[in-house]
Amino acid sequence: MPKKGTKKGKSADDEPKEQNKLPEHLEVQRTRVVCKADAPTEGFQYAGAFAAMGIDNSVSVDKFCKNFKVMVNRLTEDDMEFDMIGIDASIANAFRRILIAEVPTMAIEKVLMVDNTSVIADEVLSHRLGLIPLDADPRLFEYISENDVPNERNTIVYKLHVSCKRGSPRLTVKSGDLEWLPEGSQLPLASPAQSGDKQKTYTSFGQSQKDIFEKPLGVKFKDITIARLGPGQAIELEVHAVKGVGKVHAKWSPVATAWYRMLPEVVFREEIRDDAAEKLVKKCPVNVFDIEDLGNGEKRAVVARPRACTLCRECVMGPTGEQVELRRVRDHFIFTIESTGALPPEVLFTEAVRNLEEKCERVISELS
Amino acid sequence: MRHRREGNTPHTAAAVSAPLSALPPPGGVMEHGSVTDSTASTFSIMDEDHTLANSVRFVLNQDPRVAFCGYSIPHPADNKVNIRVQTTGDSAKDVLKDSLQDLMVMCQHVRGTLDTAVTDFRQNNPTDMNVDLNKK
Ligand code: SF4
Repeated sequence: MPKKGTKKGKSADDEPKEQNKLPEHLEVQRTRVVCKADAPTEGFQYAGAFAAMGIDNSVSVDKFCKNFKVMVNRLTEDDMEFDMIGIDASIANAFRRILIAEVPTMAIEKVLMVDNTSVIADEVLSHRLGLIPLDADPRLFEYISENDVPNERNTIVYKLHVSCKRGSPRLTVKSGDLEWLPEGSQLPLASPAQSGDKQKTYTSFGQSQKDIFEKPLGVKFKDITIARLGPGQAIELEVHAVKGVGKVHAKWSPVATAWYRMLPEVVFREEIRDDAAEKLVKKCPVNVFDIEDLGNGEKRAVVARPRACTLCRECVMGPTGEQVELRRVRDHFIFTIESTGALPPEVLFTEAVRNLEEKCERVISELS
Repeated sequence: MRHRREGNTPHTAAAVSAPLSALPPPGGVMEHGSVTDSTASTFSIMDEDHTLANSVRFVLNQDPRVAFCGYSIPHPADNKVNIRVQTTGDSAKDVLKDSLQDLMVMCQHVRGTLDTAVTDFRQNNPTDMNVDLNKK
């Protein structure tokens, strides 16, 4: 990595600097956000904030790589929680924003309505269809633009053809009733085809999607209610799903949600004993505190589960307000990703990080 | 099937969004500065927002060569962001490029670290893995 002399010179005398320690109250300001009863207090961030104390507050790439840690707490098919330590909020937030708004997925964009005699209006039905998560890897598809012809590389076609017979009970239409059409649209584009000609449809697939994709492109959940049909009602339609991103419409967002919180830290400024301790334990709605028995009838409060703290600040209001301090660790994020199912959460995160890299690359190349 | 429409010609209802979904090709980057002084410039980046600008602002802030930096989105309806960089002597453009480069390296490291952590987790929790495999 090409770097200018000034930067290198700095890292060279890193060693003696690291032996310097900030006084405790300043170290808290540097690494924590303190939550008072009324508002949190922010500290400082820029590189030279503590230069006068001989402390280097900068984050060089080397330093970042040395200190950055990830610990996975939970990982299932579509849900993940991990701790990200040693990263700034701005970058963690960039990942979160990209996850929600800029990692692409496939979603239903066009609905060709042949028949809809149900009580649910065409546009409402279309909107519901749009929000159904599809089980298709968006990385295998291309974006379609206004002038593109829908083909097997940029469009997935499903059809929905359901009816409720007269005299039968009401019928619930589920997302599982959507039938994948690997050969493309079945609806003829113009009226009667010339004999012998292959009938033109709304898509022009050159090849069956069955031959391209390993697994069938179904819907992720088969039990999402789309509509309910009364006796004699029917729905017949065809839908076209295309690739898009969440900032255009939320239906393309690959995550149900992605969020982080900073690691909470609860410390006692002074010991809390006996009755006050009991009261404190009762006050906390998520049982952060426990009672420790000191023998001969004496008790004191201990912080048992700081991670559970929601920072409701109940404990810093009222009599214990001076004794308890609530903090958050500035560079420790508990990051949660809930995937909607198109991609597993760890892949989504990787894609998000790669997306940020691409942004940087683009700007670098435009600057040169 | 009452009220069936004539023939088999469907009418189209776009599910939700405007035109078609394809993103416009990302726009350019412009440098507004002075010819004689390269140490202070404002960079206008099209089709970017807080996501990139705030991250770059952070990295720039950590660079000892930077005297001042900040970013703003001039109007919420514009898809553009302005990043201001003032340095202590180096060219603002070079410093910004270095910062972007640094950010990329950081991202690569994040990606690598996460991959390792996920692999480790899978190894230590084989039960979860079985669940995954069965479902797929
Ligand atoms: S802030 Fe709320 S959740 Fe956290 S320790 Fe205090 S009472 Fe418990």
